[in-house]
Amino acid sequence: MKRTLEQIEEQFQTFQIMNEEGEIVNENAMPDLSDEDLKEIMRRMVYTRILDQRSIALNRQGRLGFYAPTAGQEASQLGSHYALAQEDFILPAYRDVPQLIWHGLPLYQAFLFSKGHYKGNQMPEGVNALSPQIIIGAQITQAAGVGLGLKKRGKEAIAITYTGDGGASQGDFYEGLNFAGAYAAQTVFVVQNNQFAISVPVDKQSAAETIAQKAVAAGIEGIQVDGMDVLAVYAATQEARNRAINGEGPTLIETMTYRYGPHTMAGDDPTRYRTDEMDDEWEKKDPIVRFRKYLENKDLWSEDEENEVVEKAKEEIKAAIKEADNTPKQKVTDLISIMHEELPSNLKEQMEEYEEKESK
Amino acid sequence: MAQMTMIQAITDAMRTELKNDENVLIFGEDVGQNGGVFRATEGLQDEYGEDRVFDTPLAESGIGGLSIGLALQGFRPVPEIQFIGFIYEAMDAVNGQMSRLRYRSGGTQQMPITIRTPFGGGVHTPELHADSLEGLMTAQPGIRVVIPSTPYDAKGLLIQSIRNNDPVLFMEHMKLYRSFKGEVPEEDYTVELDKADVKREGNDVTLIAYGAMVHSALKAAEELEENGISAEVIDLRTISPVDYDIIVESVKKTNRAVMIQEAQKVAGIASSVVAEIQEKAILHLEAPVLRVTAPDTVYPFSQAEEVWLPNHNDIVEKVNNVINF
Ligand SMILES: Cc1ncc(C[n+]2csc(CCOP(=O)(O)OP(=O)(O)O)c2C)c(N)n1
Repeated sequence: MKRTLEQIEEQFQTFQIMNEEGEIVNENAMPDLSDEDLKEIMRRMVYTRILDQRSIALNRQGRLGFYAPTAGQEASQLGSHYALAQEDFILPAYRDVPQLIWHGLPLYQAFLFSKGHYKGNQMPEGVNALSPQIIIGAQITQAAGVGLGLKKRGKEAIAITYTGDGGASQGDFYEGLNFAGAYAAQTVFVVQNNQFAISVPVDKQSAAETIAQKAVAAGIEGIQVDGMDVLAVYAATQEARNRAINGEGPTLIETMTYRYGPHTMAGDDPTRYRTDEMDDEWEKKDPIVRFRKYLENKDLWSEDEENEVVEKAKEEIKAAIKEADNTPKQKVTDLISIMHEELPSNLKEQMEEYEEKESK
Repeated sequence: MAQMTMIQAITDAMRTELKNDENVLIFGEDVGQNGGVFRATEGLQDEYGEDRVFDTPLAESGIGGLSIGLALQGFRPVPEIQFIGFIYEAMDAVNGQMSRLRYRSGGTQQMPITIRTPFGGGVHTPELHADSLEGLMTAQPGIRVVIPSTPYDAKGLLIQSIRNNDPVLFMEHMKLYRSFKGEVPEEDYTVELDKADVKREGNDVTLIAYGAMVHSALKAAEELEENGISAEVIDLRTISPVDYDIIVESVKKTNRAVMIQEAQKVAGIASSVVAEIQEKAILHLEAPVLRVTAPDTVYPFSQAEEVWLPNHNDIVEKVNNVINF
């Protein structure tokens, strides 16, 4: 008889639909997406890659602030997002700005978030999301709460939360899965396993072979997905979403992916902890390259179409950064005013003090 | 003597204690191969091996609990909490458990743990990285809180903290890490815990500060001197417990004091320092003891740091108020 652990680990083989050559290797699992959907997914991935490149450049010019690069993770981020409806509630981590943008956060606000301006954290009406979480794991228990709330309200919507492989080590991660399982909350947990938590490789985080198998102890569904395969990520998220809404409980999705860039733009040097060979190996799995091959084989994509997206992205980014630059600077009185619904006495006093100071 | 930045002095202190005591263990997120996100542990894993200097999984509560467990096995843990805001994750381990363990074991167990953590504003970090959370920790009996303001003090205080048999939270102001160099002996030395230091002598007013605000106070003192006001600057260095002897001695001379902290008015230690001064020296005071603090909002979004953080102008203003009282 096999040991239980081995039996469990065998169940968590990576789910893939499209291989690195853009060939469908799992026809049965192919999601029902129209040609227009397929093209839209490609547009979003190409756009987001350009946004990442431009954000890195803007950061180097000192025009952005905190920025966590996203290249390499487009399929994980946007494939999962494409399975969502507008009513779904996103609880993102700091790297998950693209999902917010495609959920409706205007680009200039994403830039304001990066610059450290409170207006970057104000979700527009109808954009169901929190601003990116900085504290690793905090969003995960909250997602159980949002998912339970949606269930109590009888909504056909889910909460979806994102964290990284490092995030799966936090106590909050286990608590979130467990709570959501206990209440059959309408929650989907996505762990984007990009192999490193800053410098720490995933095999130092845990003795477990996969992160997906951590669902077992919480009594919920878990799946490991090829996170460079946008079709697989989409299909897994769609299924998880359906299950959640049908009262079948939450799901943990682990997407196997890679961040090509540094952890953030604040001085991280990946050459201290990654090899060129590893980078090359993962770049061969690139989500955009493989999806482009797939679409081109179907005659759904051309160089012209891609260039169009690139140009559009560049233009919109240019306009958005301008708008962000032109947003008035924050004052202490602005910060005081967003502390409470009704100002408590100490802040009333300080409001007057700073109004006087700032009027000089 | 060598010229070192504060971060170099901190690395040097850890290297010294790794060498002096085989029970010293250094661990935390990214402290191994990567040498820490600020490079505070740069080279230490290469020199002392993964047994002594190692990465942990990403969980501060785990780091806190692991420290307690290793201390129970006779080790001298020097864990790093990567940024101060993540101490919330470890609050039970630090405040609820390690700070109370000597007491709850009836004085039979000891927790020789030194938690290092960067904090402090002005370097444009995201949320919950730069907050001045020291007041939460000084409100906890059973743990010392140490905050150096110079490279020399940083090395001597860190070595002394590691050798101390009770828990110490050692807070390193990020703005001071690389902003200047100072003389630091290459050999092993200590700076006594629980003792403040007069960083500048003066007769008209006592400025009490810690961390980066010591440098703002020194800058203010220079400016005040041009206007004929002689300010004494006290660097608390250990903020729990506070060295009231040195403060009271100074106030008896100057009869006026201003307490300065980067933390908000409701946070930090300013209120308790002011309360203690009036209890111990009210008859020597010519004016109320004023505070320079940040306003009572959450730590600001990074773009607003400059307008939010207290600076030397705020100090000069308050000094003028106590002088002209
Ligand atoms: C509670 C907490 N601890 C530590 C950090 C510092 N930190 C920021 S990102 C990071 C690594 C996260 O890695 P992972 O979860 O794998 O996500 P990735 O950055 O790879 O997307 C660390 C340690 C933090 N922000 N919050």
